[in-house]
Amino acid sequence: MVWRHTLPSKAKVSAAKAAAKAAPVDPPARLAVRKTYKLYIGGAFPRSESGRSYPVTDAHGKLLAHAAQASRKDVRDAVSAARKAFAGWSGATAYNRGQVLYRVAEMLEGRREQFLAEVIAAETGTAADAAAQVDAAIDRWVWYAGWTDKYAQIVGGANPVAGPYFNFSLPEPSGVVGIIAPQESSLLGFVSVVAPAIAMGNTVVVIASSQRPLPAVSLAEALATSDLPGGVVNLLTGSAAELAPWLASHLDVNCLDLTGIDPADRVPLAVAAADTVKRVFAPGPIDLAADPGMSRLGAFVETKTVWHPTGV
Amino acid sequence: MTITSVASGTSGLSDVTSDDASLRRFLHGLPGVDQVGAEGRAVALATRSIKTTAKAWAIDAAIGMVDLTTLEGSDTPGKVRSLCAKAVRPDPSDPSTPPVAAVCVYPDLVATAVQALRGSTVQIASVATAFPSGRASLQTKLADVRDAVLAGATEIDMVIDRGAFLAGRYLQVFDEISAVKQACGTAHLKVILETGELVTLDSVRRASWLALLAGGDFVKTSTGKISPAATPPVALIMLQAVRDFAARTGEVRGVKLAGGIRTTKEAVRYLVMVNEVAGPRWLSPHSFRFGASTLLNDLLQQRHKLTTGAYDGSDYVSID
Amino acid sequence: MDTFDNANPFQYAPAPESRDIARLKPSYGIYLNGEFRDGRGEAVKTINPATEEPLAEIAEADATDVDDAVSAARAAYQGTWSRTTPAERSKYLFRIARAIQERGRELAVLETLDNGKPISESRDVDIPTAAAHFFYYAGWADKLGYAGFGPEPRPIGVAGQIIPWNFPLLMAAWKIAPALATGNTVVLKPAETTPLTAITLAEIIAECDLPAGVVNILPGGPSVGQALVEHPGVDKIAFTGSTAVGKQIQKSVAVSGKRLSLELGGKAANIVFDDAPIDQAVEGIVNGIFFNQGHVCCAGSRLLVQESVHEEVIAALQERLQTLRMGDPLDKNTDIGAINSAAQLARVRALADSGDAEGAIRWSPECHLPDKGFWFPPTIFTGVSQANRIAREEIFGPVLSVLTFRTPAEAVEKANNTPYGLSAGIWTEKGSRILWMANRLRAGVIWANTFNRFDPTSPFGGYQESGFGREGGRHGLEAYLAQ
Repeated sequence: MVWRHTLPSKAKVSAAKAAAKAAPVDPPARLAVRKTYKLYIGGAFPRSESGRSYPVTDAHGKLLAHAAQASRKDVRDAVSAARKAFAGWSGATAYNRGQVLYRVAEMLEGRREQFLAEVIAAETGTAADAAAQVDAAIDRWVWYAGWTDKYAQIVGGANPVAGPYFNFSLPEPSGVVGIIAPQESSLLGFVSVVAPAIAMGNTVVVIASSQRPLPAVSLAEALATSDLPGGVVNLLTGSAAELAPWLASHLDVNCLDLTGIDPADRVPLAVAAADTVKRVFAPGPIDLAADPGMSRLGAFVETKTVWHPTGV
Repeated sequence: MTITSVASGTSGLSDVTSDDASLRRFLHGLPGVDQVGAEGRAVALATRSIKTTAKAWAIDAAIGMVDLTTLEGSDTPGKVRSLCAKAVRPDPSDPSTPPVAAVCVYPDLVATAVQALRGSTVQIASVATAFPSGRASLQTKLADVRDAVLAGATEIDMVIDRGAFLAGRYLQVFDEISAVKQACGTAHLKVILETGELVTLDSVRRASWLALLAGGDFVKTSTGKISPAATPPVALIMLQAVRDFAARTGEVRGVKLAGGIRTTKEAVRYLVMVNEVAGPRWLSPHSFRFGASTLLNDLLQQRHKLTTGAYDGSDYVSID
Repeated sequence: MDTFDNANPFQYAPAPESRDIARLKPSYGIYLNGEFRDGRGEAVKTINPATEEPLAEIAEADATDVDDAVSAARAAYQGTWSRTTPAERSKYLFRIARAIQERGRELAVLETLDNGKPISESRDVDIPTAAAHFFYYAGWADKLGYAGFGPEPRPIGVAGQIIPWNFPLLMAAWKIAPALATGNTVVLKPAETTPLTAITLAEIIAECDLPAGVVNILPGGPSVGQALVEHPGVDKIAFTGSTAVGKQIQKSVAVSGKRLSLELGGKAANIVFDDAPIDQAVEGIVNGIFFNQGHVCCAGSRLLVQESVHEEVIAALQERLQTLRMGDPLDKNTDIGAINSAAQLARVRALADSGDAEGAIRWSPECHLPDKGFWFPPTIFTGVSQANRIAREEIFGPVLSVLTFRTPAEAVEKANNTPYGLSAGIWTEKGSRILWMANRLRAGVIWANTFNRFDPTSPFGGYQESGFGREGGRHGLEAYLAQ
């Protein structure tokens, strides 16, 4: 399976049909209650403080919803929510973080059909592609849930220093990670960048795919009901080009994940990030079908080394 | 309790020995000692390089701080007389060599030493209190002390009851030292902690304070019968104890290192430690001693080397 | 009890190490593609900061030398060095480690002359630890597949390395050893004020028959560093130095896309609780801030002391400082040497003056400063508040800022209240509190009941603006392996 989508230009008829088939059909007898797609900041679902919204359409140009168009002040609020949540989340036990991440997978599983419909609506692939993506997104939470209490054992350990000291190194979360999620894969791409960062105890401010933000917003609803403390994941929708520079220059953001930024546009963000010596993660094309491996777990951790004398 | 600490009331220390619980609270309230850190400090002090004039001063100072010691079952009046001769005039070929601080013998040989040292500045120290184990009744220990004092000992080197200390019966140890101090009369009291049996530096610090509170004029590391005896970290902790005691009470008490110190190099390193940890005012036989036998000859050989410029041989110093 | 005259009869006579041991030459150049020659940049004099006497003339590199060095490193990377088996690479590094040990005394004296640090430190810390780093990474060269970075780890290519003046040879070892062990080639720029041991290391490397171009050493100033950072032929930059320069480098590398590791400044909190082993804590405070004249990125420059023992600790500290011996760095009894340069001295003075201006109380032991050379006495500021410049800015000198706290949580909050995050110290006898604190302190190295310990097996590096990447240990390999 390869999910390499192009942004909507040539929509496939079959995909559209599949989308129509899979999407919940409003009962004719009853007027549907439509969802307002909002931001997710500090555990709450506010609209943008700017009051702005923008239309999100499907592959055929049909309006799906008006998503909140976040502003720099929303970035500010999201970062302060992430900072506030950091002490608690990074201080939670690895076991507890694993439980929470697994709980996210459980929540998604229960809402599988909803996500399937939303991914089909948001993207251009076949229904089978979409189903595979949703399943992979769920399984990715399970993968990272299992990593929370193992990573330190793999990369940490005791260092045999030449002296009467016990010395050990452990990975610790870097802090607040600003993430620009992949633009094409609306759900799996989003999960693939957020889950490893929070698995390690970071808190994140993530800008969802600009044109395909809706599945991520629905995911935030699942996060809100998964025992994930408010502020651990803060979701912004809107223009990545507009918002990313505010994340890159924010003094209280420790790391920047540029996965969702076109390589040609990354340089000014990486330059701005240098003002506070941010850890900048700017990987090549993300292969969402591949084994996720450990590289994203290591992107936003610090190695802490502790010394203590051994004596009587 | 009839015996009170000699520590002055103004220092706030008189209450700490009022009962077992107070004493325990005080001793366990002393700052802990990190062994690795203390050892590191001792090693760092040992890197001081002492040359030329400083070394000449240090050698003479060290000679003057030696308690020239013989504590063998085979000791005889002849052996003690020969030791005393050496104590008064360590290097017959060089009259500028200072005498040692004291000779140290068993109580039954004190009288011999008194005779042999008459007219000299050399003090007569005697081990007492069922040395070296200290395993006898208090009455026996006190009798031992009185014997030595009556025979003319001017300094008493007592051993503490390590068993009682390790069992946490601090007040018992305190009372015993206080009683011995009374029995000493005007004789100076050195309290041997036997640090090799106390093992931890925390215990060394507590035992030092206990001895100082009970009126010991000196705290002394070892009997020389247990290994390890004097070590740099132990010396460091004991010097810190007398320093801190002086800061608290204004009273300067001494430290005696005994056992295992055989070379000038080691002795000079200890003087550096005294100088930098306790302070220069402790660089005196009144407040610092080496309990040793073979050390003296090495000091004399190094003294020769400094005066003649040539390395010395063991045939050129007397073996006693 | 007896009282004695306070005058100290025990005056240590000077015990200077002989300057001849350094085998100083009148002039030094660059080491490029296996050859020693003059650089094409300026000829500058390197001076002894303790006396201001010129030691030697350095024919520095310029940008064209950087071009040549990068080409040589590239050729060696693609040629001889990639054909060298890992086991052979390992043996080269072992050779270098041994050769450093052999010439240890010479290197120590040279380091002290050029840097101003006490000979006891260069002899007991800098040089042996440098050798130990080569020895440690030597063993990794043929075991990289087991290091946890995948089954076939690959080098990055040509590494440009820029090091500071505070531990000149040691920093060169920290940079070169892991780079070579992982199969990279190196162009290293030592600091402008301390090039001598790096060039001597080049001699050692040449004597060890390392293939030409594998290591190139280019003394020079900031323009040489900039040329190296911006050179398109360099794949990886490793920098140790100030946070300000680190940020500039990160910006440059953001454009070029090179790999980067940064080890930058710090403003470490050394936290003393009321149940600390006070005597050892005092040693740790002294070692933390006065080791190497405070020219240490991980120096414990902020003392956070629990209010209940503030007076006791400060009194003990002041008493201890009276015994510190300041003066001729070549004297084996010297504890505090010279400030490395006039520029650094000016910076230390300016920041110390800001402490006075902001109302902190300055204290130094009585000590005679030599007439010549760059000297600053060990200095303690009490009554410092978090907002003062001396509590926030890295002074990089022998100046300690003392603050107080009341609870562990307050200590953590104050310790973490800085954009830096390189190191921290904890002094308490309570084990559970140590671990509680160590968990919460945001710093790459935590010393509990000790301070300023270094070991080649122990990863070193910072959080936040103290940089990223680790040097030392298995972790140190990652900065030189392709991702």
